Amino acid sequence: MVETLVKPAAEAAATKRPVVSVRNLTVDFPLRRGNFRAVEDVSFDIMPGEVLGVVGESGAGKSMTGSAIIGLIEPPGRITGGEVLLDGRRIDNLPPEEMQKLRGKRIGMVFQDPLTSLNPLYRIGDQIVETIRRHLPVSEAEARERAIGLLREAGIPSPEDRIDSYPHQFSGGMRQRVVIALALAAEPELIIADEPTSALDVSVQAQIIKVLKRLCESRGAAVMLITHDMGVIAETADRMIVMNKGRIVETGKVGDIIKRPKQDYTIRLIKAIPSITDPIRVHAAPAEQKALVEVKHLVRDFDLSGSLLDRLFRRGGGKIVHAVDDVSFSIRKGSTYGLVGESGSGKSTCARMMVGLIPPTSGEVLLDGKDIWQAGAAERRRKVQMIFQDPYASLNPRWRVGDIIAEPIKALGLASGRSEIEGRVADLLERVRLDAAAMRKFPHEFSGGQRQRIAIARALSSQPEFIVCDEPTSALDVSVQAQVLDLMKRLQDEFGLTYLLISHNLAVVRTMADDVGVLNKGRLVEQGPVDQVFDAPKDEYTRMLLSSVPDISKVD
Amino acid sequence: MLAFILRRLLQSVVVMLVVCLISFSLFHYVGDPVASLLGQDSRLQDFEELRERLGLNDPFYMQFANYIGNALRGELGISYRLQTPVSELIASRLPATIELAMASALIALVFGVTLGVMSALKPRSFTTGVVMTLSLVGVSLPTFLIGIGLIYVFAVELQWLPSFGRGQVVDLGWWKTGLLTESGLRSLILPAITLSLFQLTLIMRLVRAEMLEVLRQDYIKFARARGLSNRAINFGHALKNTLVPVITITGLQLGSVIAFAIITETVFQWPGVGSLFVNSVQVVDVPVMAAYLMFVALVFVVINLIVDILYYVVDPRLRIAGRAAR
Repeated sequence: MVETLVKPAAEAAATKRPVVSVRNLTVDFPLRRGNFRAVEDVSFDIMPGEVLGVVGESGAGKSMTGSAIIGLIEPPGRITGGEVLLDGRRIDNLPPEEMQKLRGKRIGMVFQDPLTSLNPLYRIGDQIVETIRRHLPVSEAEARERAIGLLREAGIPSPEDRIDSYPHQFSGGMRQRVVIALALAAEPELIIADEPTSALDVSVQAQIIKVLKRLCESRGAAVMLITHDMGVIAETADRMIVMNKGRIVETGKVGDIIKRPKQDYTIRLIKAIPSITDPIRVHAAPAEQKALVEVKHLVRDFDLSGSLLDRLFRRGGGKIVHAVDDVSFSIRKGSTYGLVGESGSGKSTCARMMVGLIPPTSGEVLLDGKDIWQAGAAERRRKVQMIFQDPYASLNPRWRVGDIIAEPIKALGLASGRSEIEGRVADLLERVRLDAAAMRKFPHEFSGGQRQRIAIARALSSQPEFIVCDEPTSALDVSVQAQVLDLMKRLQDEFGLTYLLISHNLAVVRTMADDVGVLNKGRLVEQGPVDQVFDAPKDEYTRMLLSSVPDISKVD
Repeated sequence: MLAFILRRLLQSVVVMLVVCLISFSLFHYVGDPVASLLGQDSRLQDFEELRERLGLNDPFYMQFANYIGNALRGELGISYRLQTPVSELIASRLPATIELAMASALIALVFGVTLGVMSALKPRSFTTGVVMTLSLVGVSLPTFLIGIGLIYVFAVELQWLPSFGRGQVVDLGWWKTGLLTESGLRSLILPAITLSLFQLTLIMRLVRAEMLEVLRQDYIKFARARGLSNRAINFGHALKNTLVPVITITGLQLGSVIAFAIITETVFQWPGVGSLFVNSVQVVDVPVMAAYLMFVALVFVVINLIVDILYYVVDPRLRIAGRAAR
């Protein structure tokens, strides 16, 4: 698959010169505490029609390289060495006005989050027309015509009607199509796509990659695809470069690097990536079959019909959304149950009902045979804990780590006296492999992975039996993700914990879970042992979900 | 949208009723109105007769109902001090206050927004530093001091502008305006500047803070990546996104400018509602004070309604969100 894609690019390389070539690029940030070198001595070429993947973990300098090419480095950062050539002409030293005319016209850019990259106050048509008219000498009506064509090509159904909609009237995937249409509005030769699919669901992700690839191929535009997701690169790019700490670690064909990485860093990086086809599980399912948690006919409705007055003035009456619709499953003691599904499928609503954050409309959640809603709040909070997605947002920035971890202990009265509480906190920190001295520090002094360890320590502090993990690693880099997952597994063995693991990352679920349930639009469409569901999916939706995952195993 | 406006109107009516109740209580329970109407040497019989005549012996809810009925017909009682109907008094003073408030709001908006955008775009330039420092002075100096200072410089020393009053006014029948004569306009300048200075600095600092926030947003970065001109980005994309909070603050400030221009009106002897209130307080003219209270409430209720409708005009997201979630 990849070989056939490489060929036209290789032919082009023989006849044409590169669209963009970066020579010994260095970007510096002079900060108060000394100079920070974000990009160091980076060189690469992108040929017409070629897709170059740039991978690396956060802070590797990959986005900064993209910003340097398009000339949008945030001050005080600046290019301090090397040069950027666009079609043979040097552009990194152009005056700002000329650079401005180049952006959008010859270099287009697509950003990560489609929810924030469109101005919410303007119709999408106005934003596209504005861009077209800035770069091409066409009339308002012609520009509008062109905008409709672009939207159609990007896969927006009935663009004539949708062109006058506002961004918030589109879903995330549709918005990213609009963003791509905008980036291509003036037919640029180079598209820099900075994490174009990272904020999207897997099934949408696959569509967006296809759209981006098709549009660029039909125009012969070169693409620089920046992502932390090796799976996306494996499916999309011809060649790739691996970056770490501002430097290029390895360059080569995608298949070569993924199958035969040469550098230590690349080897470690690729090893840390879980795959959906990987049957090796880090945790062995326990022998006993006794269910610890049982969910029976759980339903949660949301009433969107508004207030009494609204209902009086609008015909048709109220609208009720079934966020979770008759979901039943059970989790064996000491095992991990994975709950997968796209955004809006009701995973998080389910989790919230199971920890008692929102009451179910009907149905029950049994812990050890007892309904958690009848057991009382203190009992429930002791036995059930939660780990949240974003370790940057889920820890109070004004509290010391020790106080954060001690809070459940104090609130539930599990220990008394300062020294006893401190002893427990120190013990917990040790168990999540952090130094006991960490309790005196504040959350901002820790990295994302360390913060998630603190969040795990907090969840463990009440000695729970059951922990709900809502996307515990999706905000983390792959190597950090591997460490956190490993820690979770070891703690499970140590304490005999039972996990509910919610994730949109199917590869993570495959490596962690014993059983898995697939949610679609609030309904549980399929469940069973993880190998059975992944290797022989019965439901149409599960099959679609699995096939759309960009996975490193798909490279050949 | 219609449901929203109706709901808002309903809420406004409730607010007005509560204010009415407070102002009614003020009327009847802060001192005995009969005692202040009749002299000390009146007979008890006179007291009783007057009570009966004014309906003060009726039960509380009857009196309140009458008061509201009268207020709805525009009868707010008769001023003790001037012996003229309160509604006429307020109506005669209102144009002066409204003209002053509008002039100062205009100054505050135009200069506030311009300076705010400028200082956000060039946060490190020398001019920004000067403007920001001066704005601190504007916020911290009390209004009366600014007024007196302006009078001293421009009216006493330079003798360019008059120091008090409204100048010549033209009677349009329902509105006495000072905007059509030269002396009227000249008289407006100093009080309008005095009154606007605080709002100006407030709006400027708010626009600056909001702009700095918006300029960091992804859609601004994306707009730059699309190669749009600086002008289109700064004034088209960025400024419009700062408007919602600016509208809120400007609306509330306009309300307080209309309602509480008391100090400026006193310093410049401006014949507006504020100075009417001050004069009434001095002689405990309860009907005027109560009516003023209701007038202030009405101003705020109306302005808030307009602000809420403007949100809908500016931000398309609210048109949907407002329906789905309340």
